[in-house]
Amino acid sequence: MTITKETVSYVAHLARIQLNPRELEKLSGQLKDILDFINKLGKVDIKNVNPTSHILPINNVLRDDQPQESLSADKALENAPHQEGNFFVVPKIIE
Amino acid sequence: MPMRMNRIRPGIPRSQNFSMDYETVIGLEVHVHLKTKTKVFCGCSTEFGNEANSQVCPVCLGFPGSLPVLNKVALDYAIKAALALNCKVQEYTKFDRKNYFYPDLPKNYQISQYDLPLSRDGFLDIYLDGKNKRIGIRRVHLEEDAGKLIHKEDISLVDFNRTGIPLLEIVSQPDINSPQEAYEYLTALKSILEYLEISDCDMEKGSLRCDANISIKEKSQTELGVKTELKNMNSFKAAKEALAFEIERQGELLDKGKAIIQETRLWDAKELKTLSMRTKEEAMDYHYFPEPDLPPFVITDKKIEEIKKAIPELPQEKKLRFMKEYGLSEYEAKVLVLSKRGAECAEERIKAYPDKNKKPIVNFLIGPLLSEANLRNVGIADLNVSAHDLVELVEFVNTDTISNLVSKSVLSEMIESREASASIIKRKNLIQISDTDVLKNQAEEVIKENPKSVQDYQGGKNNALMFLVGQVMKKTKGKANPKVVQEILRRLLKK
Amino acid sequence: MNKVNLNELTAHELLGKLKKEQTTSEEILSILVKRIKEMDPKVKAYVRVDKSNGQTGHLSCQQAGGRQELAKGQTNLLKGIPVSIKDNICTEGYNTECCSKILEGFKPPYDATVIKKLKEAGALILDSKTNMDEFAFGSSTENSFFGPTHNPWNLDCVPGGSSGGSAAAVAADEAIWALGSDTGGSIRQPASFCGVVGLKPTYGRVSRYGLIAFASSLDQIGPITKDVRDNALLMNVIAAYDPKDSTSVDLKVPDYTKSLGNDIKGMKVAIPAEYFIEGLEAEVKHIVEEAVNKLKELGADYKRVSLPHTEYAVGVYYIIATAEASSNLARFDGVQYGFRSKKPKQSLIEMYKNTRGDGFGDEAKRRIILGTFALSHGYYDAYYLRALKVRTLIKQDFDRVFKEFDCIITPTSPTPAFKIGEKIEDPLKMYLSDIYTISANLAGIPAISIPCGFTKRGLPVGLQILAKPFNEELLFQLAYAYEQNTPWHTTKPKL
Repeated sequence: MTITKETVSYVAHLARIQLNPRELEKLSGQLKDILDFINKLGKVDIKNVNPTSHILPINNVLRDDQPQESLSADKALENAPHQEGNFFVVPKIIE
Repeated sequence: MPMRMNRIRPGIPRSQNFSMDYETVIGLEVHVHLKTKTKVFCGCSTEFGNEANSQVCPVCLGFPGSLPVLNKVALDYAIKAALALNCKVQEYTKFDRKNYFYPDLPKNYQISQYDLPLSRDGFLDIYLDGKNKRIGIRRVHLEEDAGKLIHKEDISLVDFNRTGIPLLEIVSQPDINSPQEAYEYLTALKSILEYLEISDCDMEKGSLRCDANISIKEKSQTELGVKTELKNMNSFKAAKEALAFEIERQGELLDKGKAIIQETRLWDAKELKTLSMRTKEEAMDYHYFPEPDLPPFVITDKKIEEIKKAIPELPQEKKLRFMKEYGLSEYEAKVLVLSKRGAECAEERIKAYPDKNKKPIVNFLIGPLLSEANLRNVGIADLNVSAHDLVELVEFVNTDTISNLVSKSVLSEMIESREASASIIKRKNLIQISDTDVLKNQAEEVIKENPKSVQDYQGGKNNALMFLVGQVMKKTKGKANPKVVQEILRRLLKK
Repeated sequence: MNKVNLNELTAHELLGKLKKEQTTSEEILSILVKRIKEMDPKVKAYVRVDKSNGQTGHLSCQQAGGRQELAKGQTNLLKGIPVSIKDNICTEGYNTECCSKILEGFKPPYDATVIKKLKEAGALILDSKTNMDEFAFGSSTENSFFGPTHNPWNLDCVPGGSSGGSAAAVAADEAIWALGSDTGGSIRQPASFCGVVGLKPTYGRVSRYGLIAFASSLDQIGPITKDVRDNALLMNVIAAYDPKDSTSVDLKVPDYTKSLGNDIKGMKVAIPAEYFIEGLEAEVKHIVEEAVNKLKELGADYKRVSLPHTEYAVGVYYIIATAEASSNLARFDGVQYGFRSKKPKQSLIEMYKNTRGDGFGDEAKRRIILGTFALSHGYYDAYYLRALKVRTLIKQDFDRVFKEFDCIITPTSPTPAFKIGEKIEDPLKMYLSDIYTISANLAGIPAISIPCGFTKRGLPVGLQILAKPFNEELLFQLAYAYEQNTPWHTTKPKL
């Protein structure tokens, strides 16, 4: 299985990253090489092997339903590139 | 393709015509806010209606370096709901990331559940047109809510107060076959969740949201039709209307031989129609994967038993019990069990009623008492009429001490002034006149005063008798016992 | 008279002096700052160093209450010792940017848990952070937005990465000690390139709350120090259960200095064959074999073993780590913090794409796209799911060996520090330099790198020791025994 320029372009869109044509070209080549390397994982016998999505043998980590201090709106918005009053501002979402 | 003949009965909406050609298939997806004190993965308050971005912290804002920790009560509530909806709670469950970009989603992924949800394969029974119907529930799982967007001219404003509020997602099987059934399903679902006291289920406050998938098909077809997704239905009534509209729309298209496009449509409550969402997004690839920041959860049988014990008698159970214990009809019982507080209030009064035949008190609960409650936009439990007082009032009617008509105004006054019925009746001199001598005099007077009506009655018009009865009621300021008056008039006018 | 400058001492030596009142924390800080101003223009271990005014440090909270926070029996009073912090660990009110343009100007509104713990112990936190590969993506610190750090042993060479700044600062005595982070070797490999001690703790031993995530199931914060005792001291403070981190383990933290000086006679050491194959530079191989012989002299037994799935570790890592990273980095979109593209008249999607296109460096983009690809529809099973399964096999290899052996010893890196620019154009070549460190992250086990010699050209070589989960004590014990019987830890670069 290999990766084409079209796939890279689609995935870049999915990841919301703008690539110029030069970047797209270079990246596609590099990713192809990396995937070729990764593809050797296909040789491993994984029959009856369970996936490890959590390495620690712990379960049921919970916390009490007790209120904790929240941030003030000022602190929450302190790093905002664009704000209006107590709101974060983004360009209009076209529905 | 030849034009289909329009085979629906004219003047009747297609949604009721479905038995003609087309079958409707509806699936409902309901999202409900859980009534925990704090958010699902952080300790921020879940209170509604506060200043924007004042109930936030690094975790629910998705600030770099922040990590989620699951709220124990949110999990308990979710299990409670799953059990009440007859679902199989999974022994092993985990969270997954649902990845997509949107400004109300601070991490640009939502922590939700994908392939190992909390519970699956349950059901909910609805009662419609004298029949019970079982609607399957595919799954009930836990996830976090997103923020709120306010759209302005060129920009959108984002408020993250709502981000991280625990959401229960309840997905039905496509077992619903009409807008009315959908309405019943939503009502029954809300009722159950209120009984469990895990959610306010207030669509206006956004603590209950509903999306629908709907398709229609010819009865003979086994394959389902193309479905559309409906969003933006802000009340149960709106959901019913939206579904009905969609059935019409799809039916018209199929009649004309046109195809139905699989898309998302929004309900416009002003124009009363569904509109297509203009940007057609290709099928979203959420690239789900297990949430690495949250170890999985093991739900033991012991835990399930513990939570089961905390589940009160649910509406369906209570309805059947009311029918059995107190001889109520299914309809009567359904009305009384709709709200838990209302049901408890009703049962207390039914129990307090001394007679074995509970009909009189039940009629009063469903009739005048419920009317008064609706008038005041509250539940019957909020009317402050004690069981003892209500029973007393009903007994006055039973013993013909006051008429049915009068009892309604007495009730009204009891609610307003908190005065006991006996006192109101005495004070306002409302006792029904049943003395035959007194009534005979009044009747004779009325006969004298209304010769034409007498003639009409004796000529065979039975309505005229009721008119005469009404005149006696008028003369006695509503205090005459109408049954006795009627009897007296009949006897006097017998020729 | 060769007076040793305060900045050249270890933390435990400085603590001794402070206790004897031979110096003050102000003096230590002042000499350190002087060294930084003198050396950093060459080494570039720090970023955003304010060269105009005198101080680059700020004093942490020094309440008396700090002492009560320490566990009984611990001797780690850190009062007055400055700690240098990698740029991906959140410090409240002070820039934390992961050396990326996309986080420019970000001041977290909260402290990472490890920072809180350091402050409680009285340490001073330097507000200028150490350099790193952007978002920890790299093995050379060449991917930093601020340009590369230079290896103090040879300024034309890389210091390793991604915690290259921390390692170089410690090696150049521009730091007393430092925190780094390790996802695939980012503490150990730079420690080995810079001739210092670097520990990656067991996954779950040190809280990740406040560490800007790269790969959530692999990341750990760890100490980078001049010697083993300092490393143990710093671990005593930062290792702890944290209820804010669901992947933090509630296990008592021992006093890690207690095992220092214990005999290593009879300790069973495993040498995996798969780490001594083609690709390992001859000089490095020789130096490491000498080190193993030294350990034998000191009483340890060694035996060759096999970790058969070693060759797949890099492949597994670059799927799992990039998949998790692609999701963790989705939040960097210009909405709430950091860089936002200022191109005129952008739609929302354009803002996302331009911000991320301009704000991320090449390596970040490469990994995000690779990770997204591995999770996307149609590829999930073949890549992500398969990688999770091979991860199980890699863990099982270690479990098997640890049944019989106390620890595993390998070279830390197949080569010593390479030249700046040498591997940057070949990502795959760069990835392969992590070949010996990656498996420990996949298996969640603790691993330490200690200096074990120099190549003919004067570049440091590192020895890596791995142990069972939560057995850092054994690592420290063995590492200390070796260190105290060799001259490496007292050798300093000529700057």
